Amino acid sequence: MNRRELIKQIALLTGTAVIGGEFFLAGCKNEDKTSADFFSDKDILFFDEVAETILPKTNTPGAKDAEVGKFMVSYSADCYDELQLKTLKDGINKLNDAAGKKYGNDFMKITATQKQELLTGIDAEAKKYYEKSTGQTGKEQPPHYFTLMKQLVLLGFFTSKPGVTQVLRYNPVPGKYQGCIDYKEGETSWA
Amino acid sequence: MPDTTRVNINTTGVEQNSYDAIVIGSGISGGWAAKELCEKGLKTLVLERGRNIEHIKDYPTMNKAPWEFEHRGSMTKKLLNENPLISKAAGYDETTQHFFVKDKDHPYIQEKPFDWIRGYQVGGKSLIWGRACARWSETDFTSPQRYGYAIDWPIRYNDIASWYSHVEKFIGVCGTKDGIESMPDGEFLIGYELNCVEQHLKEVIWEKFKRHYVSGRWAQVTDPNEIQKQQGRYCLNRNLCMRGCPFGGYFSSITSTLPWARQTGNLSVQPHAVVHSVIYDEKKEKAIGVKVIDANTMKTTDYFARIIFINASALNSNLILLNSLSNRFPNGLGNDNGLMGKFICHHNYRAGIGGEIDGFRDKYYKVSKPAECIIANFRNLHKQDTDFLGGYVIYSGAYREKLSDKGIQPTIGANFKKAISEPGGWGGYMYMQGETIPKEANHVRLSKDKKDQWGIPLLITSVGYDDNDDKMVKDFLEQGKAMMEAAGFKNVRGGDNKQAPGLDIHEMGGIRMGHDPKTSLLNEWNQLHQCKNVFVTDGACMTSTGSQSPSILYMAFTARAVNHAVEEMKKGNL
Repeated sequence: MNRRELIKQIALLTGTAVIGGEFFLAGCKNEDKTSADFFSDKDILFFDEVAETILPKTNTPGAKDAEVGKFMVSYSADCYDELQLKTLKDGINKLNDAAGKKYGNDFMKITATQKQELLTGIDAEAKKYYEKSTGQTGKEQPPHYFTLMKQLVLLGFFTSKPGVTQVLRYNPVPGKYQGCIDYKEGETSWA
Repeated sequence: MPDTTRVNINTTGVEQNSYDAIVIGSGISGGWAAKELCEKGLKTLVLERGRNIEHIKDYPTMNKAPWEFEHRGSMTKKLLNENPLISKAAGYDETTQHFFVKDKDHPYIQEKPFDWIRGYQVGGKSLIWGRACARWSETDFTSPQRYGYAIDWPIRYNDIASWYSHVEKFIGVCGTKDGIESMPDGEFLIGYELNCVEQHLKEVIWEKFKRHYVSGRWAQVTDPNEIQKQQGRYCLNRNLCMRGCPFGGYFSSITSTLPWARQTGNLSVQPHAVVHSVIYDEKKEKAIGVKVIDANTMKTTDYFARIIFINASALNSNLILLNSLSNRFPNGLGNDNGLMGKFICHHNYRAGIGGEIDGFRDKYYKVSKPAECIIANFRNLHKQDTDFLGGYVIYSGAYREKLSDKGIQPTIGANFKKAISEPGGWGGYMYMQGETIPKEANHVRLSKDKKDQWGIPLLITSVGYDDNDDKMVKDFLEQGKAMMEAAGFKNVRGGDNKQAPGLDIHEMGGIRMGHDPKTSLLNEWNQLHQCKNVFVTDGACMTSTGSQSPSILYMAFTARAVNHAVEEMKKGNL
């Protein structure tokens, strides 16, 4: 499966068209700016924390090992349009507000269990947001910030070196193709 | 003396700029012209408007892992904003964009929307083609005559069958021999296995519809024979073809025909050579050479040869001949009937469908194949059994979903990570490649006032769909859905994507073959009726589009035409 298919799969998974990349051709005026013009080091740490909550280190590497936070800011700065970028950036405050409402503290300061609980709730909320607007691809209405975050986390992690080589199965020069082999429970996808 | 009133012939350096043959274009058909001409002992000059590409050395992304691309393969806003057109092309992304033109460098005028996809480099679009290589059948060649559209092809399947074999044996085409009337067997290397869901589709579609779902015939060297070993080529199924393959796993001019031509000692390749026109000598009543502008220095040079092959890609071949003006041919070389540039046609890729199927969860594949399955055309084979003209093939495949969270709980955390790392349920897809009917109104022509940076008139495209195409799309959507649902697929969805003509990258026609000089431009040997030492063997020569992919047919036409040209030269006729 190639990258194009990977991106489509992520779109299916999160219930909306992928924001960024070839599916979104909106114009933008900020193309000569870099991620440093939009995001601080603190933002990168914040995204790392969100990413690690979604894809934590287990017996295999997690999102922080793959520097997913850094990927999220550079990818969005280069590939997102202004609305998407703003939505993503505003998402930081929205997530902190949600954490504050539920646990009386910023996202960075709540416990790992609370983070998982909070993001599970917001994930469900984001999916509902798109269900209400079936057929919308985020062009007419702004995307949900958590959808953007989760897409970036999945794309960033599963195309990173640790994600590709230590979580998925990486076989870049396979040789003979086998059309039908047995699959055993627990085996991961080909990268 | 040649007539110099219309074209400014530079007669200095005639000798050093003289060859036996000139080939305009180094892509899939130009490479074949070069190989065949050089092998037959002709000193051959290949003119390529783009930069030089050397195998391996000029494949900058060939060995990069996903994480080594700054945007992991995605296109940036900057790239998209600067290239809204070319970035639509199949396979165009961060990993392959160096083999496509930039929008701003090569303008043209779209009278109707037309996505003209170009790859200007030595090797042309053979570096980035889709590689499907099924043969046309007799029914494809006879369809216009039987149903009364376009004009009759001047050849039949039997005229080209041995040339298909000639090409297949050299480039390496994998496939299985399936004995299908509408898709004849060829000289195949070992074909790709179907995965378990594709096998299931094959069985159901045969059982319930009596249609053939088989492994696609693809230009991959799955199992090299002696001649591919000599070319140093072997497909290792990396499935990264369009970046350029260090193993020469798929066919391109760069890995196969041009190196083969070069080792004869008869080949010269001139990159950065923008062809202005073909030079016609009114006294000799034939073409004597080609006027070339250096893309960088703007210096004009004339090159001379006894025969000229035009393989500039379908629309550019039209452009060059329409721009080749003389007293004898004031409307373009060989264009007495005024039909040059007309009857432009293409393939209809407007619809696709997909769905999911339960079961088969104990099966997987290893790792991925650079090919697809195909359902051979089953429409209008012997009689018109639909409300439209022409046929279509269907490309198809099945896969296990990757990074799909369907049914995955929880949605965040360690167990989510584990579950999403594993292959999901099975999905499948089908998309159409349909014949379009050549019409005079679908045409290209030269702008009267707008020129490119080399002073060559811009091309105007005026090509659209019609009712026949809409009906075919509708039929595919119904039939495709019926076949997938019969096999147990659920949630089958898809539709008409309404993409503009051209994005198929199968543009054809404008300099069509035919029996009669009144209604066609080329004879049965791809020679201009009125200027026999000029041959056109790329997509421009097509009389109708058929339903099968055309590239290997262009290669076969080219080899056949070169053979004829050399025989005629020996007889003193050229």
